[in-house]
Amino acid sequence: MSATQERPPDTTPVEEKAPSRLVPIWRFTLTVLRMPSGLFGVLVMLGFVLMALTAPLYIHPSDLSVTQATGPLLAPPQQGYPLGTDPAGRSVLLLVIWGSRTSLAIGVMATLLTMVLGSSIGLVAGHYQGRTGRLLMHVTDWFIALPGLPLAIALAAVLGQGAASITIAIGVTSWTGTARLVRAQTLAVEARPFIERSRALGATDTQLITRQVLPNVMPLILVSSTLTVASAILAEATLTFLGLGDPTSVSWGSLLNNAFMQGAVTAGAWWYLIPPGIAILVIVLGFTLVGRAVEHALNARVQPR
Amino acid sequence: MTAPASQIPPAAERRTDQPVEPLLDVRDLTVTYHSGKVPVYAARGVDFALAPGETLGMAGESGSGKTTVAMSLLRLLPAETTVTGEIRFRDEDLLAANWGRMRSVRWAEASVVFQGAMSALNPVRTIGEQIVEPILLHEKVGEKAARARARDLLDSVGVPSRRIASYPHELSGGQRQRVMMAMALACDPHLLIADEPTTALDVIVQAQILSLLTDLVRERGISLIMISHDLSVLASTCDRIAVMYAGRLVETGPSRQVIASPLHPYARALAGAFPTLGDPGSRLAPGGLPGDPPDLREEIDGCPFAPRCPEVEDRCRSGVIPLVRRGDRAAACVHVTGYDEAVGDG
Amino acid sequence: MSVGVQLEAPTVSGPEEGPERSDFWIYLARKVGAAIVSFFMLLVVGFIIFSLMPSDPVSALTRGRPTSDAQMNQLRHDLGLDQPLWERFLTFVGHTLSGNLGYSYEYHQPVSTLIADRLWPTLLLMGTSTLISIWLGIWLGIRAGWHPGSVLDRSASAVSLALWSVPTFWLGLILLVVFGSGTVAGIPAIFPAGGMQTHDGAGGLSHITDVAWHLVLPCLTLVAVIFAQYVTIMRSSIIDERGNPYLLTARAKGLRDEVVRRRHAVPNALLPSVTVIFLQIGGMIGGAITVEVVYSWPGLGYLTFTALRIPDLQLLEGTFIVFSAAVIVCNLIADLLYRALDPRVRRQ
Repeated sequence: MSATQERPPDTTPVEEKAPSRLVPIWRFTLTVLRMPSGLFGVLVMLGFVLMALTAPLYIHPSDLSVTQATGPLLAPPQQGYPLGTDPAGRSVLLLVIWGSRTSLAIGVMATLLTMVLGSSIGLVAGHYQGRTGRLLMHVTDWFIALPGLPLAIALAAVLGQGAASITIAIGVTSWTGTARLVRAQTLAVEARPFIERSRALGATDTQLITRQVLPNVMPLILVSSTLTVASAILAEATLTFLGLGDPTSVSWGSLLNNAFMQGAVTAGAWWYLIPPGIAILVIVLGFTLVGRAVEHALNARVQPR
Repeated sequence: MTAPASQIPPAAERRTDQPVEPLLDVRDLTVTYHSGKVPVYAARGVDFALAPGETLGMAGESGSGKTTVAMSLLRLLPAETTVTGEIRFRDEDLLAANWGRMRSVRWAEASVVFQGAMSALNPVRTIGEQIVEPILLHEKVGEKAARARARDLLDSVGVPSRRIASYPHELSGGQRQRVMMAMALACDPHLLIADEPTTALDVIVQAQILSLLTDLVRERGISLIMISHDLSVLASTCDRIAVMYAGRLVETGPSRQVIASPLHPYARALAGAFPTLGDPGSRLAPGGLPGDPPDLREEIDGCPFAPRCPEVEDRCRSGVIPLVRRGDRAAACVHVTGYDEAVGDG
Repeated sequence: MSVGVQLEAPTVSGPEEGPERSDFWIYLARKVGAAIVSFFMLLVVGFIIFSLMPSDPVSALTRGRPTSDAQMNQLRHDLGLDQPLWERFLTFVGHTLSGNLGYSYEYHQPVSTLIADRLWPTLLLMGTSTLISIWLGIWLGIRAGWHPGSVLDRSASAVSLALWSVPTFWLGLILLVVFGSGTVAGIPAIFPAGGMQTHDGAGGLSHITDVAWHLVLPCLTLVAVIFAQYVTIMRSSIIDERGNPYLLTARAKGLRDEVVRRRHAVPNALLPSVTVIFLQIGGMIGGAITVEVVYSWPGLGYLTFTALRIPDLQLLEGTFIVFSAAVIVCNLIADLLYRALDPRVRRQ
């Protein structure tokens, strides 16, 4: 990043100001959208978010209530019920649409937690090399060795049923990947000369990290977060399926949990079992492909044509 | 246009009045790489020949095409590469051969000593296994006989035969190069191609390897093509030298003459850059050349050396500058005596 | 005919025995020491999660059952909850190391007994799935990586991505409903709808066949999810090897393409893959747990699932420690295996 203005040194350290970021972001988005994987992924992402946000407009509480549902019990797809009904007579299609809200919400929240936790640890480990940094890396490496699901189950069980405990459990088990990435990137960024200059001019550690390192690490965090959302949604589905979620809320995992517990398998109720899984498949694919497309676009920018 | 220099100048030890059937006769060899987005014209119109038992040194800087030409002889270039021309090996055009025939020619009739023996040897197989492998492939002998021959080969290159069960990383650089030579001789080939056999070795080991190589090929009557950017190495080991520049052959001739009185300006610069072993005077006149070799991604019109040549003329910059023969020497330069007549005869 | 004089210093004849062996023991000691430290950290984390975090284990245990305060206090004392923290931790460590993993109040059995009973089914499921996945993954990965960008390669990548993007348990549910319930599209219930065996007591061959038949669907589900990772590992390994010069040497010798791949590229590519495969076992445990739940396969995963219902914290803690310890051991094996297999690392 070249400096566009330089102020003579006074008590504040000289800051390298980055050029306006609006134009590159627009071009960057176009690059991503030009790739078929990027286009598909972004459409899927937007589609699901839209679906989740607009659901309350056409889904009434009575559609979701076990006691007020009026449809035939566990019936295959038919007139009025494109995806059939569940054992309580609710429309599976409406349930799946409504389920996207919880699944997405938990996925995003867990990702936020993972990003914050992982990035903080990664930044600190990369910046404070020496004993602190090495210690943090040892802890990270050790954490990676812990099997994810048993740990998540343990945490969620101890914290009690509910969305919060699932979110925390996912966050605690997923941060290591981000931490490693961010640490590596921090090391790379800090090797550049402008960091030395800022340091020589008296910038404090916090200033260095927040103003110099963080903006450079952000793109990587962005890529990592899309992929993290994908795995968070998968994790949420699994944990809810195992019974750790909020029993009253509707999510894809809870739909499958209900299906399993209420014998949809032996009854052959494939219309109840397939749609939630397909929804998960599509949205996870969407996020994964966006993550990869963003990664490609970033690499293309780094390499000169 | 003159005819290509396919009439063989006899080897140093032969009587000059006996024409000999060439072992290898390369005509108009052109190699174009298509591995990247743009084609790379790595070799153009290369003509040379090799007599049985003769040693030929291919000289030139990196990117001159010498390795490309050598690898093309056994068709070891990547699949997407276009190779045209003729490679007549023992009166058979290898470029027209099918792959089955090609695989049987490889190693059994012509083998390669690659540069960088550390990475050219399989790290997880013993050297014994690697020497035995081509023997078992090409000859009808049993495992025991093959191993016995491997031991003999190791002895003949100066590596104790008890090291036969060692892995490549357990040997020194010089020993690995000797193992590569033993491996190359395993099937008694007619031709050996040595690609920069002494690069990355220190000077004393270099000398040992070179003398070993020349002794081995002379004893067994094997023809040798040695590739090197170091002209002094070639001067001391080869009967003849071929100089390449930007994918073209610019001069050939008996090595002593090419070094002592090069005909082509590029060969002159190259000869000046390396002090000749045993000639202290040459150390004092290094011939550094300004400029860089041309980009091989573009087709070149005229002499490729024209941009850097101290004797360049207008007629050098366009058309094809063919190899002109002068006795048993040849050079692709307008200043060679007899150039105008040769070209005019065309 | 010996040519030339060897001016290089002769290397020591034969493999160096003395220094090499002690090097290995030092390496072993280092790795085992690291594993022990990891295990200790595991106990600390387990203690934190299960003994410190729950607000009151006793009330969780006695939920739904009328208990007097005196009984609850007695229970607290029995569980050692009235002791100072570090004493509780030491007791915990001591118990764990001697095999006492607590007592399950739901099952009314020691946790270690429960775990021991369920260990074999999990080992059977994970072991069979791992072997099949490794074989399949390596086979496919080699061919995909040898011709990158080919149809095989791209379809393998697409399939891998799709399989990664679905929850394991959902795949299991679908397979179960299609092949195990006999109610979908007229497909008969070829495979049992769950469990590990149908006929009790009958030993011998019929028992083995029975279990094997029950193993098919769970194994298939687990394989579908994990083999994709092995394909990726092997593929990138082969792609890395393809650029190496010794392959050109092999080709120059006149070997056919498959021989070059099989005899030269694959052994080199397998080396790093082998260790990574062991390291993946930790990730497989999650898949195994969900598969056991879906198929009611009576292993450690299913045990963990039933422990969630109350939740039975002692049982959960026991399974958590066992799973994590297993991963630590696998990582240790991976380290030692690499050292044992690579001739370059072996003799240093």
